[in-house]
Amino acid sequence: MGALNVLVAVCLCYVAFLFIVAFAAERSALRGNGAWLRSPLVYTLSLSIYCTAWTFYGAVGYAARSGLEYLTIYIGPSLVMIGWWWILRKLVRIGRSQRITSIADLISSRYGKSNTLAIFVTILAVIGTTPYIALQLQSVTLSFNVFAQSQAGADTDVLRETTAFWVALGLALFTILFGTRNLDVNERHHGVVMAIAVEAVVKLFALLAVGVFVVWGLSGGVGNMLDRIETSEIGMWQMQGGRWVSLIFLSAAAFLCLPRMFQVMVVENENEGNLRTASWAFPAYLMLMSLFVVPIAVVGLDVLPKGANPDLFVLTVPLASGQEGLAVISFLGGFSSATSMVIVAAIALSTMVSNHVVMPIWLAVTGHGASFSGDVRKVVILSRRLSIAGVLILGYLYYRLSGGGTALALIGLISFAGVAQFLPALIGGIFWRGATRTGALAGLTVGFVVWTYAMLLPGFGQGTILPTSVFESGPFGIGWLRPQAFFGIQGMDPLVHAILWSISLNSAAFFVASLLSFPNPLERLQGAQFVNVFDHSQNPQSWSGGMAQSEDLMIMAQRILGAREAQRLFEREAKRQGIQGVLPETTPEFLQVLERELAGSVGAATAHAMVGQIVGGASVSVRDLMAVADETAQMMEYSSQLETKSAELTRTARQLRLANEKLMQVSHQKDAFLSQISHELRTPMTSIRAFSEILREGGLSDAEQEKYATVIHSEAIRLTRLLDDLLDLSVLENGQVSLNLRKVQLSDLLDTAISSALSGVQTSLLKIRRDQAQEKYAFTTDPDRLSQVFINLISNAQKYCDGDRPVLRIETMEQDGRLLVDFIDNGSGIPRESQDLIFEKFSRVSPQKAGGAGLGLAICREIMVRLKGEINYLPGQGGAAFRVSLPLRQVNENAE
Amino acid sequence: MGKKVLLIEDEPNIIEAISFILSRDGWDVATHSNGHDAVDVVRTKSPDMVILDVMLPGKSGYEILRELREDTSMRDLPVLMLTARGQSKDREMAERAGASRFMTKPFSNAEVLDAVRDLVLQS
Repeated sequence: MGALNVLVAVCLCYVAFLFIVAFAAERSALRGNGAWLRSPLVYTLSLSIYCTAWTFYGAVGYAARSGLEYLTIYIGPSLVMIGWWWILRKLVRIGRSQRITSIADLISSRYGKSNTLAIFVTILAVIGTTPYIALQLQSVTLSFNVFAQSQAGADTDVLRETTAFWVALGLALFTILFGTRNLDVNERHHGVVMAIAVEAVVKLFALLAVGVFVVWGLSGGVGNMLDRIETSEIGMWQMQGGRWVSLIFLSAAAFLCLPRMFQVMVVENENEGNLRTASWAFPAYLMLMSLFVVPIAVVGLDVLPKGANPDLFVLTVPLASGQEGLAVISFLGGFSSATSMVIVAAIALSTMVSNHVVMPIWLAVTGHGASFSGDVRKVVILSRRLSIAGVLILGYLYYRLSGGGTALALIGLISFAGVAQFLPALIGGIFWRGATRTGALAGLTVGFVVWTYAMLLPGFGQGTILPTSVFESGPFGIGWLRPQAFFGIQGMDPLVHAILWSISLNSAAFFVASLLSFPNPLERLQGAQFVNVFDHSQNPQSWSGGMAQSEDLMIMAQRILGAREAQRLFEREAKRQGIQGVLPETTPEFLQVLERELAGSVGAATAHAMVGQIVGGASVSVRDLMAVADETAQMMEYSSQLETKSAELTRTARQLRLANEKLMQVSHQKDAFLSQISHELRTPMTSIRAFSEILREGGLSDAEQEKYATVIHSEAIRLTRLLDDLLDLSVLENGQVSLNLRKVQLSDLLDTAISSALSGVQTSLLKIRRDQAQEKYAFTTDPDRLSQVFINLISNAQKYCDGDRPVLRIETMEQDGRLLVDFIDNGSGIPRESQDLIFEKFSRVSPQKAGGAGLGLAICREIMVRLKGEINYLPGQGGAAFRVSLPLRQVNENAE
Repeated sequence: MGKKVLLIEDEPNIIEAISFILSRDGWDVATHSNGHDAVDVVRTKSPDMVILDVMLPGKSGYEILRELREDTSMRDLPVLMLTARGQSKDREMAERAGASRFMTKPFSNAEVLDAVRDLVLQS
């Protein structure tokens, strides 16, 4: 018993060492100087829990039985790691941004926080993992036995039971201590991870040490070793394509789906960047782990007697060679592999069991509903601890009941295939928005039924659970349902058969059911969050706990109901609760009221989910919900209303500005007008005053007297005319003019106009040319007003035409139902830039010849407007040219 | 006295009236009736004082006055401004442009004479 006692002592020392490592890591993380805990190296090493006792011991056994096929178990995960960019990166980002605590949580969260799905996945994970835990216990026990057998008189049976029991108890203690020390929202366990990393180093070192001993110590170098492999049966391995592909796929799927792998890979991940390092470092670790597997197997087959368990070669080869120290190291390696797997698996499973099974039941039983209080945390921790104990008890019981007889590798593969059933729901969920809860449930159910029937139950051996008749002729004689020959396809490897059918039927059910069912709002929301995780989460923000719930609710409600409405609601509720201020307590009543209000805007389901997320503190962040709220039709509606209002305001402002500008313009025009009138009145007055003073003073010659009197006279006339014009214009502009309509002859009208225009002028040079035959138009108009226009035009020509022999042509024609009368002289005309202005008041083209006040044409224009006609300047006629046009409906042609 | 007055005004009757009044009082009166070249005319005729109308064809009286004041040799030249627009802002503009005195039409002959005499004496 001496060596065995030493072994126990070494074991206890090692465990104590692990405790210290874990404790130190926790302390240093608490103090905040645990940056090295988050290093890529620790992350990579923690991933090595993939290599359990199954790989440590079992790989050699596997190689001894099936040659190089054991490599597939390493190739699968290596491929996943190397291709981390596609799947792992996304999983880790989702895990961080959604605060995922386990694979059950991920799947349930993706499919609308379905607790049914979570419970389902949890149960399946427990079923899939329990044999594996049993396997670890078995491996530790077996390795103990190896040492015990080397001692005389040891009672191996008693040892077998007690070892497994104590190991299970010890592991439960360790896991409870470091796995549930504190309830971290992120579910990170620095102590555990650190201990696992150390164990990863130990097991790699142990396996390499045994390998080096075997190659250089027993076989005498690499060359001899290769020769030995050559001659061994393992060297004559044949590769079965189907099995290889299936096993690589299986191990890759298991690597992603195993609860413990998910725990270290996603949940414990501190930094996405660690994946980058792990993507090459972890395959390298696996390569080192597999390096000496074949040599050990070959030497073991050679050295040890036939019938020795190849699963224990790692241990028995050094022992048989008398290397007790090396054997102890090897034992510690196996011990590390087993314990690290059990610890992490227990944490992962307990999180799932506690969160998805125990807590919902506890809440339902105690009736706490949605109103969490502080003591819940204690309940959660207690439930975690009980779950850990439960998981280990299950494992222990499984070990006791199964008798530990089955080959390690087979249990491992069955377990792998079980958890691989998560794969379609997992991958579909993060890449396909169309995946639904119904689809996930259907796929998982189908997958697990097929797995149980075609793999788990047959794994116990024909006739154990399933009677032999079922294998030969199918259940109830239905031939195509034989567990290892579905649809009558025989001759397939049972493993390949089970994997192929379970995964493909699983995927098909998942796909079809997803297509046929409709996701609920929360599912849709979560689907978008998961599939487009890189668009939604730049920085996963820290969780604010339940501190600012009311405020968060307020922010959300404002976004959905509008600020004023939400504030009114909150204030009313606060008042009802008797609280000062605007933030009410989040009582169930208040939440109900709020939910109803929100439901009006976003629909009941979403409202429930939104309030639930904030108050329940689940893993969707408020901001993410806001993003969805923004997308709802209601928000679009509000927003478009706002836009309309804003556009209206802009339009009104523009109109006001225009109106203001117009007013300014009018006011300016009025100023200018008054100023002009003042000028026009004062100018003749000045002459009149000056000359009348001169005349009054006397002492002038007769000629002078007469001259100055004439000036006074003409200026007085000018003043009178100006006043007349102003009054005339004012009357016309105000529309107060009453037209005196009569039937007239155009030629008569022109006759009178010409004679009166030229009457006051003694020496008129102006010649007037007209064709009186053209002017035979009789029509109804106001003859006084119309001749006023004609007179004005004629006298303008008389005053301003600067031709050597001034001529005015008057031409009449009919065009498009209008009578046109043109007045064209042969002067220099009106400059182009002035043509637009001549009809404005007080505009004079040649100021020197200031006969009038510049009102004549303005008056003409007003008159023509009253007569429903027009007066325009005609450019390009070789002189000043004006066209008067009148509508024909007042014009009756005189048929001659 | 024979002092020279330049009258810049475009209304023929007013030119005649003012010329008559000042000539009778012994002033040497020159006249000019557009704005374009008024500044040049002032320079070449170098009068003892200028009577300047505001509303002139081509260039306003204010502009002409500003240009005159920019020329150092004519900074102190007495300028009597006449305007037919009687608003206060016209007076302000005249002052800003540098008018020595400002008179609104119509004026009495005696006023004009007094103003011309004062301005020439002061200078």
